[in-house]
Amino acid sequence: MPAEYAYPDAGAKNAAGEFETEKMSLSMGPSHPSTHGVLRLQMELDGEVVTKADPVIGYLHRGDEKIAENMTYNQFVPYTDRLDYLAPLANNMAYAIAVERLAKLEVPARCQAIRVITAELARISAHLMGLGAYGIDVGAWTVFLYSFTEREKLYRLFEELTGARFTTSYTRIGGLQRDVPPGWIEKVGGFCEQFLPLLEEMLQLLTRNKIFLDRSVGIGVITKEDALAYGLTGPNLRGSGVPFDLRKDKPYSGYEQYDFDVAVGTKGDCYDRYLVRAEEMRQSVRILQQAIAKFPDGPWHATDARKIFAPPKDKILTSMEELIQNFMLVTEGPQMPAGEVYFEAENPKGTLGFYIVSKGGGVPWRLKIRSPSFCNLSILPKVCVGNMVSDVVSILGSLDFVMGECDR
Amino acid sequence: MVSANTELAYNSKIEGEVIVTRADAVINWIRSNSMWPMPMGLACCAIELMAAGASRFDIARFGAEVMRFSPRQADVMIVAGTVTYKMATSLRRIYDQMASPKWVIAMGACASTGGMYRSYAVLQGVDRIVPVDIYVSGCPPRPEALLDAVIKLQAKISREPSAKNLFKA
Amino acid sequence: MTAADLKAQFPEVTERPSLDHPAVNVPAAGVPALLRHLRDAAGFDFLADVTAVDWSQGVSPRFTVVYHLYSTERHDYLRVAADCPDDAAPAVPTITDLWAGANWHEREAYDMFGIGFAGHPDLRRILMWEGYPYFPLRKEFPLAGIDAELPDPDVVAETGAKARPAPMAGGPFVASSGEVNLAEAEPRAKDESWNERRPKPEGTD
Repeated sequence: MPAEYAYPDAGAKNAAGEFETEKMSLSMGPSHPSTHGVLRLQMELDGEVVTKADPVIGYLHRGDEKIAENMTYNQFVPYTDRLDYLAPLANNMAYAIAVERLAKLEVPARCQAIRVITAELARISAHLMGLGAYGIDVGAWTVFLYSFTEREKLYRLFEELTGARFTTSYTRIGGLQRDVPPGWIEKVGGFCEQFLPLLEEMLQLLTRNKIFLDRSVGIGVITKEDALAYGLTGPNLRGSGVPFDLRKDKPYSGYEQYDFDVAVGTKGDCYDRYLVRAEEMRQSVRILQQAIAKFPDGPWHATDARKIFAPPKDKILTSMEELIQNFMLVTEGPQMPAGEVYFEAENPKGTLGFYIVSKGGGVPWRLKIRSPSFCNLSILPKVCVGNMVSDVVSILGSLDFVMGECDR
Repeated sequence: MVSANTELAYNSKIEGEVIVTRADAVINWIRSNSMWPMPMGLACCAIELMAAGASRFDIARFGAEVMRFSPRQADVMIVAGTVTYKMATSLRRIYDQMASPKWVIAMGACASTGGMYRSYAVLQGVDRIVPVDIYVSGCPPRPEALLDAVIKLQAKISREPSAKNLFKA
Repeated sequence: MTAADLKAQFPEVTERPSLDHPAVNVPAAGVPALLRHLRDAAGFDFLADVTAVDWSQGVSPRFTVVYHLYSTERHDYLRVAADCPDDAAPAVPTITDLWAGANWHEREAYDMFGIGFAGHPDLRRILMWEGYPYFPLRKEFPLAGIDAELPDPDVVAETGAKARPAPMAGGPFVASSGEVNLAEAEPRAKDESWNERRPKPEGTD
């Protein structure tokens, strides 16, 4: 037999008395049921244990930042929906507040309350999806179906408010697309009331489940130092013991008036991150109930923002001045001063930041989206090493990232 | 007796336990009612695809619940989401690995034409790289729209000359 | 934390105009030392973001690398901006030894702008594929893109696919950023590859 076809003898041992083995390289993705979206993990395996992991991202890079340089500020709102497409209302809010910081524009209390309510509903929706996807990754199909039933109820609420189930494009610079329809706030209250017992029922399937515990306790431990060094945020950082929550640390949009706790983990393993997300859902319901109780009247958009927010439609159709104002806003965009701002919001996946460089006018010069999932994924080369391939699946599920946000 | 009727015909008084029909009718009936999708879930449309598979919209009624992520075992590839140039080559490879007969549903605006992402990185429509049978519009399309696409694809399959194609090279 | 506080130890730091958080300018070579001081002595333990801005071809310095730092104790931000000294081959030193998360951020800045990070352990493209010949976020690169080869030769041989410019159909129709002259500020079709005076190039849809 030619020399190159000769395999080492079976059972051959090397000098240290161990079996001769070779490392295998396995490429997981980009189309794989358990990489949440199009992530490719190039791993080097020694048997079942991962020795090197190199994530390849960019399979969903759509050029959002370049598109932003060619869109007016309001035209970019639909693109923000599709960043973290599990919680579009939260992204809409983060972007609107960032641009309003640029314009130094304060929105009235009702607008802030509506934004908080929609952001917390989006948080519940995103965590339910994360829970369902994590469950289905480790083999629990039922949790996925139950969480989707709850998400359908949320979709019904979103659809009544914004017109779309998700990809809502609800906020505008200086306000919202429209006010809440009559009866919507009561429906949100009704959702909150029936949600908590159902959430407990869903969590009961996993929290003390022996198989789930085996697959998540002690797996994918991220230390506090690593989490801070790699820029992790959101439940991933809080699961590792760092009480970093921008809603408490740098409150925006009226979060300071609501009373809620921040869930912080201790060990930084997959189980802690799961528990943190579950607790965040309960706290979100708490915030929602307070926001509904305190829901203020008044204008739902900035009233003194002539170059930024469109005038009411009946005035546009009857009065010349509002017609011109609307024309300028639609063609040239909301006029912003020159300067730079950076605003981060506490999104379900972590902190979503917008860095806007404006040279004046209605179109930004540069818009950088600081994506939480991008930073959360950067720790994969470190945390996957030493775990088995099936643990990698569990780690990916517990990191709960979204490729739309990561690649933009 | 051969008639132009491609529906199954059964008259128990005459044929007894025997059904006489065209091969096409049987083959197409089997294929259209057990289409196993290969969910190429890339972006936001994947969430609506999952919602179509969940309890409220229940794609299982149409025989398409078994979402096979292995292309070898799938019949229809549902491209749900934006296809970037980086992903396009992997998508084509997966399409090539599917066994015939195979169909493609381009779900959503991004898969049909590139959607609102007219940029340097986005393939302007997945039909530039794989042949598409049904286009579903929407951003994202409602699960009902996806189910409508599945129904239209079933109708399209039932019109195919499957028996002839079986013996084609 | 402002430029005044840092001036004593880092005399080359200047204040940067900013609409919200305190911001400082620093020459590119001084970035690692300044950021190390900010992390260890000034309490900015969290690196929120590393990004870059292209001020367009006529301007010098053309590229600016911007770092956003956050202090988890004091809950405040600081923006540090460093102009790249060379416009043709922009480069700044890396900070991956200070924050491991900077690795991916710097790879993205390299991928999008072509900014080199001296000392980076693994500087390769992250969002576009290996071998993509252009830097997309540079101002002269059109939104629609430029023809490029796809990375997979088998698929390209089978289908003939390539990365083609997106059909802009004369759009997007937006005003330019920062124009003061009203005639220039009028929204106009950004894709000037074809208009009433110049026909559509061959081969585009």
